[in-house]
Amino acid sequence: MTVFIIRRLMQSAIVVFVMSFLVFGGVNIVGDPVEMMVSDEADQEERERVIKSMGLDKPWYIQYGKFVTNALQGDLGNSFVYGEPALQIIVQRMPATFELAFVSLLMSIIIGIPFGVWAGLFPERFSSKLIMSGSIVGFSLPTFWVGLMMIMVFAVMLGWLPSTGRGDTVIVFGMELSFFTPDGLSHIFLPALNLALFNTSLVIRLTRAGVREAIHMDYIKFARAKGLSYRRVIMVHLMKNIMIPVVTVLGLEFGGLIAFSVVTETVFAWPGMGKLIIESIQNLDRPIIVAYLMIIVLVFVVINLVVDILYSILDPRVRLQDVSS
Amino acid sequence: MSVKDTSPTLEVRNLQTHFFTKAGDAKAVDGVSFSVGKGEIMGLVGESGSGKSVTGFSIIGLVDPPGNVVGGEVLYNGKNLVGLPDEQMRQLRGNRIAMIFQDPMMTLNPVLRVDTQMVETILAHDPSVSKQDALARSRDALGRVGIPAPDERLRSYPHQFSGGMRQRVAIAIALLNKPDLIIADEPTTALDVTIQGQILYEAQKLCRETGTSMIWITHDLAVVAGLADSICVMYGGRVVEQGLINDVLDHPVHPYTRGLLGSVPGANSRGTRLYQIPGMAPSLLNLPQGCAFQARCPRADEACLVEPQITEPIAGRGVRCCHPHLNAEEEIGA
Ligand SMILES: Nc1ncnc2c1ncn2[C@@H]1O[C@H](COP(=O)(O)OP(=O)(O)O)[C@@H](O)[C@H]1O
Ligand code: SF4
Ligand SMILES: [Mg+2]
Repeated sequence: MTVFIIRRLMQSAIVVFVMSFLVFGGVNIVGDPVEMMVSDEADQEERERVIKSMGLDKPWYIQYGKFVTNALQGDLGNSFVYGEPALQIIVQRMPATFELAFVSLLMSIIIGIPFGVWAGLFPERFSSKLIMSGSIVGFSLPTFWVGLMMIMVFAVMLGWLPSTGRGDTVIVFGMELSFFTPDGLSHIFLPALNLALFNTSLVIRLTRAGVREAIHMDYIKFARAKGLSYRRVIMVHLMKNIMIPVVTVLGLEFGGLIAFSVVTETVFAWPGMGKLIIESIQNLDRPIIVAYLMIIVLVFVVINLVVDILYSILDPRVRLQDVSS
Repeated sequence: MSVKDTSPTLEVRNLQTHFFTKAGDAKAVDGVSFSVGKGEIMGLVGESGSGKSVTGFSIIGLVDPPGNVVGGEVLYNGKNLVGLPDEQMRQLRGNRIAMIFQDPMMTLNPVLRVDTQMVETILAHDPSVSKQDALARSRDALGRVGIPAPDERLRSYPHQFSGGMRQRVAIAIALLNKPDLIIADEPTTALDVTIQGQILYEAQKLCRETGTSMIWITHDLAVVAGLADSICVMYGGRVVEQGLINDVLDHPVHPYTRGLLGSVPGANSRGTRLYQIPGMAPSLLNLPQGCAFQARCPRADEACLVEPQITEPIAGRGVRCCHPHLNAEEEIGA
């Protein structure tokens, strides 16, 4: 296990390094930040002063070397727009995005698993067919459109829920969170549901497929032959086996949620990293873009590691070991 | 309900279990009757697809759609289990009537520890048992089926056991609540011969010691030869021959039983080729009119186009055949 984790950490470091190279290169190809920073009337001298101050006059490998050295010290440069350290700005926005992604993940589990189990246990019923059609719709409708419709219906027409912002927040473990205030909850509900749409459909389908497969397994029949209650057969014997793929896939999807919250955050004016990155792309605020991408890479790497460990806990047949390369 | 010792633990009467599939109705079990006395071991023998497993599932009420028990009675100590409410049936399952399955690699839940799977079997039928007592009983049960270091083994997961050991665990689970009847559905088929022999020996010993009755399902006559007291041979969902094991093996009268016996190594003289019943088991969806065995039977004639009924040509023997081999000197396999 320890060997496994060390090996994985080393692999992760390589991934992060390669990504830093790609991100840096990619960002330097698109757009010219000087255009954004310098007013149209500025003369050549003024332009060159700005270029020099941003270090853009040096060859790319010097720039990259400086970027890596600084990054290792936690310095990803100052935002061109805000003038503050990019990392700090992103870290400030992080709790909002993580909270949104987490609540949305929770929603897809709470909604998806019971529906999936139902559809798996009673595949012939009309209700199950309805659930499965619903999940196809959930897969195929574009997130932004559903988000707008939700705002139209629940915020504008019915006036039940607010459509923008985070509402009241409280500080928990040093993070500002909406989840623990009634007002904050009402604010997070619609965006989280919107973000949960895809994953709920995914969970429904995974769970149903798992139930359909497991229900015919001998160990389920044997559990019934032992005289266990229907409830225990389903909740313990069946669920424990189904949860393995569901948890694995959902864990991996968590990174996707953070990345895809961009759309939802924009639609619901949710002040998280996604909204920030959209604004920064419009402003060609390079340090923010780079910092954001690097953080997303880190998040994915960490999530993958956690999912692997979780998987080995859920499935006793899997032992984390190093695979000879 | 009389408590006479002679009344059988289980009596199956004219059991009919059909599967209603898109391709048609399969009469997987079609009018099966037999009885198993207290402490008796009955071998239920037949080719694959002859309805043995479905018979077992019908007894413990685990026939799933599209299947259904459409007729007959399953009398357990005189009480009919067919149509019994679910909850009452559940209380009997794994408690008074237990079942073990063919593939030991698949019967234990891979993600639950052995102790969990054992303790729950006790608590499902007696919630008042303490966890410690349930664990102690589980450990004893593992010890009884010959699992070394049962204390440690309790905390293991199924994948940490070999196939033979897993089947012992399954048998230990079946024995936990000291059932009156165990239905063993080909429990040694997937194991190699030496382990099969050990398990057969131990299963027999445990039944004798505890007075548990047993239905041992197998497609292998050699398995039941040394194990069972009585035998019931099935073909195409029906019983074709039944009686005491030694009587039937010494003098099988149904052409199918004789064919089966001819294909067991050791029944022929050494060096001669084993006899094979020609042809294949018929599909239940298009059984021929009359006797199901006629396409493969050396004795078939027009009389066999009418479904033969069970008769008792010899005392204590049931046979479903128009032309049974009643002359004891006829050579087996002919
Ligand atoms: N789930 C099912 N659906 C449809 N038919 C089934 C099902 N299970 C069993 N059958 C039918 O019952 C017949 C007997 O099956 P089974 O009792 O399992 O045979 P075996 O003697 O090998 O144990 C099969 O040949 C098949 O036609
Ligand atoms: S009834 Fe006829 S076909 Fe069937 S087993 Fe007897 S002799 Fe053969
Ligand atoms: Mg079978």
